[in-house]
Amino acid sequence: MTKLADAIIVGGGIHGCSTALHMCLAGMKPVLIEKDYAGRHASGVNAGGVRQLARHIPEIPLSIRSMGIWERIEELVDDTCGFESHGQVLVAENDTEFDACRARVAELNALGFTHEELIDGPELRRLVPAVAESCPGGVVSRRDGAADPARTTTAFRRKAAALGATVCEGTAATNIRKEDGLWLVDVGADTYAAPVLVNAAGAWAGRIAADLGEPVPVETVAPMLMITSRVPHFIDPVVILRGRKLSFKQFANGTVLIGGGHLATPDQDRNETVLDWRSLAISAHTVFELFPVMRDATIVRAWAGIEAKTRDDLPVLGPSARHSGLYHQFGFSLHGFQLGPGAGAVMTELIANGGTQTRIGDLSIDRFHPSTP
Amino acid sequence: MNATPKRDSYDVVVIGAGPAGLAAATIAAEAGLSTLLLDENAGPGGQVWRAIASTPVTERDRLGADYWAGAELVHAVRSSGAEIIQRATVWSLDRNLEVGVSIGGASSLVKARRVILATGALERPFPISGWTLPGVMTAGAAQTMLKSSGLVPDGPTVIAGQGPLLWLLAAQILRLGGRIDRILDTTERRNYFTALPHAFAFVTSPYFAKGLALMREVRAKVPVVTGVSELAAKGDGQLATVTYTAGRRRETIPVELLLLHQGVVPNVNLAMAAGIEHRWDDLQLCWSPVLDHDGSTSVEGIAIAGDGAGIGGAGAAIVRGRIAARAAVEALAPAAAAKLAPMSTFRASLAQAERGRAFLDTLFRPARPFRIPSGDTIVCRCEEVTAKDILDAVAIGATGPNQLKAYRRTGMGPCQGRLCGLTVTELMAQARGRSPQEIGYYRLRAPVKPITLAELAAVPKTDADVQAVVRG
Repeated sequence: MTKLADAIIVGGGIHGCSTALHMCLAGMKPVLIEKDYAGRHASGVNAGGVRQLARHIPEIPLSIRSMGIWERIEELVDDTCGFESHGQVLVAENDTEFDACRARVAELNALGFTHEELIDGPELRRLVPAVAESCPGGVVSRRDGAADPARTTTAFRRKAAALGATVCEGTAATNIRKEDGLWLVDVGADTYAAPVLVNAAGAWAGRIAADLGEPVPVETVAPMLMITSRVPHFIDPVVILRGRKLSFKQFANGTVLIGGGHLATPDQDRNETVLDWRSLAISAHTVFELFPVMRDATIVRAWAGIEAKTRDDLPVLGPSARHSGLYHQFGFSLHGFQLGPGAGAVMTELIANGGTQTRIGDLSIDRFHPSTP
Repeated sequence: MNATPKRDSYDVVVIGAGPAGLAAATIAAEAGLSTLLLDENAGPGGQVWRAIASTPVTERDRLGADYWAGAELVHAVRSSGAEIIQRATVWSLDRNLEVGVSIGGASSLVKARRVILATGALERPFPISGWTLPGVMTAGAAQTMLKSSGLVPDGPTVIAGQGPLLWLLAAQILRLGGRIDRILDTTERRNYFTALPHAFAFVTSPYFAKGLALMREVRAKVPVVTGVSELAAKGDGQLATVTYTAGRRRETIPVELLLLHQGVVPNVNLAMAAGIEHRWDDLQLCWSPVLDHDGSTSVEGIAIAGDGAGIGGAGAAIVRGRIAARAAVEALAPAAAAKLAPMSTFRASLAQAERGRAFLDTLFRPARPFRIPSGDTIVCRCEEVTAKDILDAVAIGATGPNQLKAYRRTGMGPCQGRLCGLTVTELMAQARGRSPQEIGYYRLRAPVKPITLAELAAVPKTDADVQAVVRG
């Protein structure tokens, strides 16, 4: 049976769920199709960083837009999402790195962005008392923080469904095609039809784009995370390093999340990842050096979420260059979680109003297809 | 004693030195395969033969002849040429057959061409009201103390539950002079009828005579209440009383120690973390790995033997260990396999060892109220989540154990779901009107046993590091 909707969203990650919710707020009736369940992959198992800090310049406007939504997230989804704003701090471990921090903040200021602030050694140690004495300073983004990713994605899905979105979980979208100006998608025995199709399928989005004749240089990656047993409270902000792969966050319950982008081997077709313990050992070693207080903590679990990474580490966000009614929202390259709320709002503006005030031009799929007229 | 593995790769790595692991390692090593046997305990034997090489209990009849049978297998593996490491905690196993193991506070990664998992069983959760109070413990924990240290209860003690191990433990406690005031038998009366069709196989199996003798021995010394249908432990920060209902009888007994037991289930954590497919077993009410007739799993190169493959008891475990090892020998050293007893002989022994199991499984299928709690009864003790909390999460959209984590953090504590997983699956299945198979289980992740950050930090990170360790 063919069911008509205002839009079909493929992918129930934070992006698909946020777009579904914002469409409902704009008076649309979308259908969201998720092959597993909302938040099954990267959106539910990432580090939960809500970070404007250290972003690529082309995505900063979107990140700032999103931050505004995060700060009133409970009004939007009726759940705190575990969001806490204790800032995010980038640590320079030596003078060369500190010089790079200084140059970065100056560059942002020249462009009119003020969310990143250079901090010296004493201020760094005030914010992160446990950090090693040898670190000369860093950068802070004080409004940043962290949230619980699975809870957040679930809350967006739940609120979208409550506002009238049809959420189909457990069956993949197949046979995506366009007939008579309508996008048609099969979901098991059902077919959905809509004038608008949003490709928000994360690690699986590259295949959809390619099948529709719009290939994007994107690879499937699985950044690893590990979490420790509870340790006494010693740190509030999220900490990331300038020079080495490490991100570090202590939750209110005392557990500490250690990430930073070392990769597992993804097995996309099995929904599985094989962890690389030698790389996790490098992360553990970095924490061991930087935070002696952590040495006796135990690692209780390690995992990796499957997601898409583009060649230039920037997402693809906006209308297709090839098909009317097709929109892409994928390729967030290990830093898409914070962008989810804002990207859903922007995507809805593009679809419902034909444009947005948020500057996202550099994220267009056009950049990979210079020959497209 | 606590040496790290001598090599960085082996033909066969056997994990667990209970009946299945001992038997498997012996066959693999005797066939000339480089074999590493890793075991978490201080000595070989697993749970059934715990402390077989070191127990202070020397009067043999106290622990029973079955216990001492383990000594023979231990002797065999020690002369087989297998490298045996005790106090070795395996914390990771993956599809590439890489094993992460912690020995004496240092971890290493070892490669295998074949892995035989013999990680045995765990006690089934018994989530009654008050089960987390100090003074309430599992029968298995009590048996560990008894075997390792000869310790038995001496204050007012009640044992509640059902199953062969409950009667065995009761007999062992009594023989060592321990105190048991009452046994509360929770076996459902109707199970006696549903088990009847399997009774012939059972009465002609070795279980029958042994089981009957044990029960007679215990009943002669301890009052046994049968048909117990409700059970609650109470106390203010410490167990004080046990209240039970049996038929029309309802009674509260003052007690210092309550031992709970309602059977054992496969210990699936390492196997699931390795990505091995499991299915819900509707008779044994637990997850069991999907295996072929040689014990091979859905992950190429990994086999499972013993109770981890589905509860079968020690006799069946030994044979399953031999079958899995013989299959490994056939694959890696076909010439050596020709010298082993044929697979058909092993399969015949397995059929014999499994005789009577269906009767036990049916008779001792735990009753629903003792598996699926309600109200304020704690389900997840790591995060203190109650049955009501879980039902509330289901009501607002949690569809399975993994989604539930987003609402309640169940299964995210240090036990990795060992104490709550089955309860959560069955509770959510009941609430959602689905089968446990449809509801699923927690996705389990390494490390399946915690390791310290310092220990992980010291793991060799590159091939060059590995070479340095080998040379050093």
